[in-house]
Amino acid sequence: MENRERRIENREQAGGISFLYHSLFSILHFLFSIPHSPPQFSISNKQMKTQSNKLFEAALVQTALKQSFVKLDPRVMIKNPVMFTVEIGTLIMAYVTVYSFGHTGQGSATYNFFIFLILLLTVLFANFAEAIAEARGKAQADSLRKTREETPAKVLVNGRIETRSSSQLKKGDMFVCEAGDTIPTDGEIIEGIATIDESAITGESAPVIRESGGDKSSVTGGTKVLSDHIKVQVSTQPGESFLDKMIALVEGASRQKTPNEIALTILLASFTLVFIIVCVTLKPFADYANTPITIAALISLFVCLIPTTIGGLLSAIGIAGMDRALRANVITKSGKAVETAGDIDVLLLDKTGTITIGNRKATNFYPTTGGIIKKFTDACVLSSLSDDTPEGKSIIELAKLKGETNISAAPAGSAFIRFTAETRSSGIDTPDGRRIRKGAFDSIRNIVQKAGNVFPADIEEQVKKISSNGGTPLVVSENEKALGVIELQDIIKPGISERFDRLRKMGVKTVMVTGDNPLTAKYIAQKAGVDDFIAEAKPEDKMNYIKDEQAEGKLVAMMGDGTNDAPALAQADVGVAMNSGTQAAKEAGNMVDLDNDPTKLIEIVEIGKQLLITRGTLTTFSIANDVAKYFAIVPALFIASIPALQSLNIMNLHSPESAIMSAIIFNAIIIPILIPLALRGVAYKPIGASALLRRNLFIYGIGGVIAPFIGIKLIDLVVGLIV
Amino acid sequence: MNTELLGVVATYLLTLVIAIPLGKYLAKMFAGEKTWTDFLRPLENGIYKISGINPKEQMDWKQSMKALLTVNSVWLVYGFFVLLYQDKLPLNPDGNPGMTPDLSFNTVISFVVNCNLQHYSGESGVSYFTQHFVLMFLHFTSAATGIASAVVFFKAFRDKTTSSLGNFWEYFVKSITRLLLPLSLLMAIILAFNGTPTSYEARDQYISLQGDTVNVSRGPAAGMIAIKHLGTNGGGWFGVNSAHPLENPSYVTNTVELIAQMIIPIAMVLAFGYFIRRKKLAWTIFGVMTIGMFLLLIPTISSELGGNPAIAKMGISQTAGAMEGKEVRFGPAISAYWSTVTTIVSTGSVNSMHDSTMPLTGLWQLLAMMVNSFYGGCGVGILNYFIYLIIAVFISGLMVGRTPEFLGHKVEAREVKIAAVITLLSPFLILTGTGIASFVFTNFGDADWTVKPANWLNNPGFHGFSEMLYEMTSSNANNGSGYEGLGDNNIFWNISTGLVMILGRFLPIIGPVAIAGLLASKKFIPESAGTLKADTMTFALMTFAVIVVLNALSYFPALALGPLAEYFTLLH
Repeated sequence: MENRERRIENREQAGGISFLYHSLFSILHFLFSIPHSPPQFSISNKQMKTQSNKLFEAALVQTALKQSFVKLDPRVMIKNPVMFTVEIGTLIMAYVTVYSFGHTGQGSATYNFFIFLILLLTVLFANFAEAIAEARGKAQADSLRKTREETPAKVLVNGRIETRSSSQLKKGDMFVCEAGDTIPTDGEIIEGIATIDESAITGESAPVIRESGGDKSSVTGGTKVLSDHIKVQVSTQPGESFLDKMIALVEGASRQKTPNEIALTILLASFTLVFIIVCVTLKPFADYANTPITIAALISLFVCLIPTTIGGLLSAIGIAGMDRALRANVITKSGKAVETAGDIDVLLLDKTGTITIGNRKATNFYPTTGGIIKKFTDACVLSSLSDDTPEGKSIIELAKLKGETNISAAPAGSAFIRFTAETRSSGIDTPDGRRIRKGAFDSIRNIVQKAGNVFPADIEEQVKKISSNGGTPLVVSENEKALGVIELQDIIKPGISERFDRLRKMGVKTVMVTGDNPLTAKYIAQKAGVDDFIAEAKPEDKMNYIKDEQAEGKLVAMMGDGTNDAPALAQADVGVAMNSGTQAAKEAGNMVDLDNDPTKLIEIVEIGKQLLITRGTLTTFSIANDVAKYFAIVPALFIASIPALQSLNIMNLHSPESAIMSAIIFNAIIIPILIPLALRGVAYKPIGASALLRRNLFIYGIGGVIAPFIGIKLIDLVVGLIV
Repeated sequence: MNTELLGVVATYLLTLVIAIPLGKYLAKMFAGEKTWTDFLRPLENGIYKISGINPKEQMDWKQSMKALLTVNSVWLVYGFFVLLYQDKLPLNPDGNPGMTPDLSFNTVISFVVNCNLQHYSGESGVSYFTQHFVLMFLHFTSAATGIASAVVFFKAFRDKTTSSLGNFWEYFVKSITRLLLPLSLLMAIILAFNGTPTSYEARDQYISLQGDTVNVSRGPAAGMIAIKHLGTNGGGWFGVNSAHPLENPSYVTNTVELIAQMIIPIAMVLAFGYFIRRKKLAWTIFGVMTIGMFLLLIPTISSELGGNPAIAKMGISQTAGAMEGKEVRFGPAISAYWSTVTTIVSTGSVNSMHDSTMPLTGLWQLLAMMVNSFYGGCGVGILNYFIYLIIAVFISGLMVGRTPEFLGHKVEAREVKIAAVITLLSPFLILTGTGIASFVFTNFGDADWTVKPANWLNNPGFHGFSEMLYEMTSSNANNGSGYEGLGDNNIFWNISTGLVMILGRFLPIIGPVAIAGLLASKKFIPESAGTLKADTMTFALMTFAVIVVLNALSYFPALALGPLAEYFTLLH
């Protein structure tokens, strides 16, 4: 607020253009007060660090206002054919204004000046829409860029450590980082393991582990090493990181129009041409009818008819779409990728982490018939004490939860038996001679039967039951006698099946990718509500699945992190790589998710759809508006010489001059009024295509016909007092 | 009055009764399935052999359009010279003169493009030879050109992904042998038995009650009148077209002619659905077109039955409705129906004088021709509709959040570009044409031409403007009807409407076929819940809105200065 007041002072000094600022501000002020609706669909609850919900921050508005004037440059304007013709109209009106000072026949100079002014405002409003979208994107990008300001890097040169500025790092350079260091730039760990705080990028405060060699070897500039020591190889040239690319995209330098945007621009250009024809031919028509039409009236009619609303907001919508992706912490490599996301037919999702929470958890203990539950539980706990896997930990947790055990540490002198791929079991040998083993059904049965004991039939039955329910059975034995079964189950994320339902309504098929056996996979797939699954998946299975779907004409999206995901990421139409993933994966995909959130794809699909919907609805609105504008302007043009046409003046507007002024004022102010909608996007509702069309057609089509009738009439009531 | 309305309803219902099975038949016949007309195959094979056509050779859309343009150019040249030198050719018992070059230019284009704007009068302007071997011949070929193009278009959506769109020549030949020729034969017999002349003798004479000697033109007219309606051509044998007592002797022939001009346009829409195995889509399109027709028809009938307000002001009762320019044997209701039918399906034949209809009727006639796709001409109606549909697909595709697609094919920049150009074309031709005419009339009224521009208009003022607008609209729509108050047989109108007609014909055929061809060669995308279906009520409404809004926006100012200004002035 303080900022703004200061600017208002400056404005007074600006003199000539102060009027323009005045009017812009009054409208923007009105917009500030529009309440903000909560985000339509939010996947993660964590507060994204860089997110700002306010549409018009004073600082951004100031930049955008300046840009609105800079963008008047015809060389820039020509890229937007609709608004370019308005600019030409404005220039002609400037000439007419000057001309009408000394001449008659073109209306009064004041009237012409007002027309000129409103046309100029129309162009400025359109420029402002684009500029504010850019400014917001830039601000978003800047706050990300801040994380990678110059930091000293400890570069390895011939085995010695030299300190250099991060900006001097080149691809292939090696540097080391220790606890407390900020990682100077993007790279790949080639030696060591470290816990890293990535909150600067993701907003997630829990530290993550990154280590060399695996799928989690990538580090991002700006993040902080919390422990240990790593050696990192720089993976990008300065200025070429994903973030740099994204910033360039938002800033418009390398922003290319997306295919749908090009098609829409063609359509809008052709509508503009139709209206050029309508207005040019109106001159001989009017001459025939002995009705002189002033240049001001002709140009006003033209500007009202051409789709200025969508023409002015089109690029803002595109930029805002990418900006929304960025706010969701997704870096896109092109605007096209966001748009393609809206068309996705098939979504490949990894089971672990996306559909289920992390790993399997113990859910039940089943002792053999006649066995004592406490004895069995104790054996389970003892065998899991040295088991670091999440499964092992969950067994202890479950036992404690059930209150069936009081063991908290292994008896002194116990020997732990580690899990090996050969024995496929682990366990403990206690000093008092107990040999407890826990493992897969067949490995424990082997142990039991080798010792000459009978494997209880009820356990075998229980094992089958658990398997068929999608669980994993672990059999526990003590001194080569089977005690019972532990049931491990995948925990499906709460709310995930509703989300798949939503996707299904959008027409997106979800496919679960898992290493589980087909039986388990099928069970989880059913329970989570995915449409299909790939069980015992190998990387090439994903690839083949994608290719098969694409051969049927479908668009496929997937998320991946590992190097072995890279070919599939490249093959998919939308490949989202996790930021924690390997460099190869990030290069192969066309988006990078900074949050490493596998459900992000769903959000991206919605952002893509929103982008298209916003364009479609505003086009409809813009064209529908013309109906009312015709009823304002056409009678105004001819009433003087053909009084009977007064019957067409159904809005009963005050006078021809006020009718024309009201129409172009409405035409101008509708642009800033719709800026919030363009920036935020029209809400997407997965209610089926026809229902959605009906809804949007009703709101933006019929609404688009009615709104200007009301708007123009109201403006005319005011303008009519003056003109 | 009620009987008259009943006549209208009965005629429309009869039309449907014939058109629906005809649509099924056309789909089967063009798809090469077994039909009862297969006995004509030897005849067709003979034609293929003589012309060196291999009907099995598959063409893509470019080859089809090349074939279309080639064969039409041949006829243009042939017709131009025959018209020019018809006085030196046989079968000219009345000794009619050869045409002037500009009139010949206009006439031959007019008949090649299925417009049949007639700046000459059949009785005195052409010989029997010309009527037969140029005009009637072109009636067949121009209708077949439209139908064959539509079938090429159909073929693009029959298979999932294809670039072979059948054989244009085969479709063309079959349109004539299996559709136009048999139906014409049947209809000509009906007309002949109801009093339409079919003689090769020169004009006859009789002495009227007043004692004047009256010359009565005749000739082998029945055949031409049959095909002029079946092929939505509209170029009549006599100058005043189907208002002439010999061209349209009775209410019965009137009904036959009305039905004849509607059945093929309607059948082609339904054939589209049967041919591509999406019946619901065709019925949806048919629904939109029918609603469009009724929205034009009902106010037309009401404004004609209401009579002329200027006469009412004089205190004269008009129980029969507005009778100026109408034939007593038909009456205003069925004449109003005719005026709607002939303007929506681009026949352009008339049974009453459109120049004399009420201003609002004129508005609906103009709008019908501007839209030009409520059923539309033979084959081309559905092609015109397709352009509106693609724009509707594009905008509504965006509105549901998917890259727009039609029948499983993505609609992208190239297709939108073609649709945009075709959308642009009609306003460009109609408005610039009328604009230039108004400019010449206003500024060079006294130019030293054979016909002074100032003498063009019988009724200067708003109605005069409508006359010029109507002429250009009719030319662009390949309709051919006219406000006869316009003096149109002179260089300006012959050349300008000639150009408008030829541009307004071939580009709107090539455009949709090109879009269809491009779409057909794209990957087929299976439907999902997010796909916008083109055969729903909602989408039909969207298409209708696109048609109404596009046309209203393009023509509102022109219509305000013509029929609307006339109407409101008449009221006040």
